[in-house]
Amino acid sequence: MILVGVKLYQVTLGPVSSGGAPDFTLTTFEGESHTLSDYQGQVVVINFWASWCGPCELEAADLEQAWRDYKERGVLFLGIDYVDTETEARAYLQKRGVTYPNGPDLRTAISQAYRIKGVPETYIVGKDGSVTETIIGPTDYARLTAILDRLLNE
Amino acid sequence: MKSYTDSSCVIRPLTIIGLVLLLTFSVFGETAAQGDEPTEDEVNTIAEQLYCPVCENVPLDVCGTQACAQWRATIRKKLAAGWNEKQIKQYFSNQYGVRVLAQPPTQGFNALFWALPPVAFLVSAFFVLRFIRNIRRKQQPADGQPAAEQANADDYVARLERELEQWR
Repeated sequence: MILVGVKLYQVTLGPVSSGGAPDFTLTTFEGESHTLSDYQGQVVVINFWASWCGPCELEAADLEQAWRDYKERGVLFLGIDYVDTETEARAYLQKRGVTYPNGPDLRTAISQAYRIKGVPETYIVGKDGSVTETIIGPTDYARLTAILDRLLNE
Repeated sequence: MKSYTDSSCVIRPLTIIGLVLLLTFSVFGETAAQGDEPTEDEVNTIAEQLYCPVCENVPLDVCGTQACAQWRATIRKKLAAGWNEKQIKQYFSNQYGVRVLAQPPTQGFNALFWALPPVAFLVSAFFVLRFIRNIRRKQQPADGQPAAEQANADDYVARLERELEQWR
C-alpha cells in the first residue's frame, strides 16, 4: 500500500520544473560520457525525443540551429533518446543533421528522474544547476533563444 | 541424327540428375532461408511478454504504435541473429528497464511484488479471524443469558414447590 501510495504521489508530481536538476550520466551513441553535474556553471539544454515521435521532428531543426548558434557561448545541448531503437535513432539524427551529443536513455532512468510525460520535452538547466524552464511539447528557435539569452545574461 | 539420339540419350539422364539436384538444393536452400527468418509467431511469443512504456498496459504483440513496431522489428533481428528468448528479454530489460517485462524478476526490490500479495493475504486473514473472535467473545455473555435465566427459573420453581409443601 505504501509503495502504491508513493507511486501515485510521484505521478501527481508532474515533470520536474524547478529545483536542482536530477543528475545523470548520458553515454552518447558515439560512446562519450556526459555527466550533468560536470557542467555546473554552464547552461544545459536537455531534450527528450524519440525517432517514432512525430512532433519531435518539428523541433529538430530549431534545436540544432540553436545549438550551433549558442555552443560557443558555453551552452550545452544533450539529446536523450527515449524508448527507442538505436538503428532508427541514428537514422533520425543523420537525416536531420543533428550534431549535438545524443544518447539512449538506458533503462529509462533519466526520463524517470525528470518524470517526463511524453516526448518531446525540454528542460533547461541554469548555471546554478537548477531547472529553470520546462517545455512540454515541441519548442522552436525563438522561444529557446529567448530563454538562453536571459539565462546567459543572468 | 543417330549421334543426336545418342547424345540425347546421354544428356537425358544427366539432365534429370541435374534437375533433381537443382530441385533438392532449391528446396533445402528455401528451408534454410525460412529457418533464418523468424516467424510471426516466434516474434509474438516474445513480444507478448514485453510492454512498451509508451503504451502502458498494452503488450507489445498487440500494440499498434510505431515504437512497438520498432521493438518487434528488433525482436525479429535478434532472433534472426540467433538470440534466444532469455537473451532478448534481458536485452530489452537492460535497454529500457525491468518495467518493460510482463513478469518482473523475482530478485531485489522486485521480489516485494511477489512477496507482498501472500503476506497481505495472511495479515488480512489474521485480522479477519481476530475480528470474528472478538465478535464471538462479545456474544458469549449474551449466549449465557438464557442459561442464567433458566437457573433463576429453576430456583424459582424449587422455592415455589417448597412453599407449596409448607401449605399442604
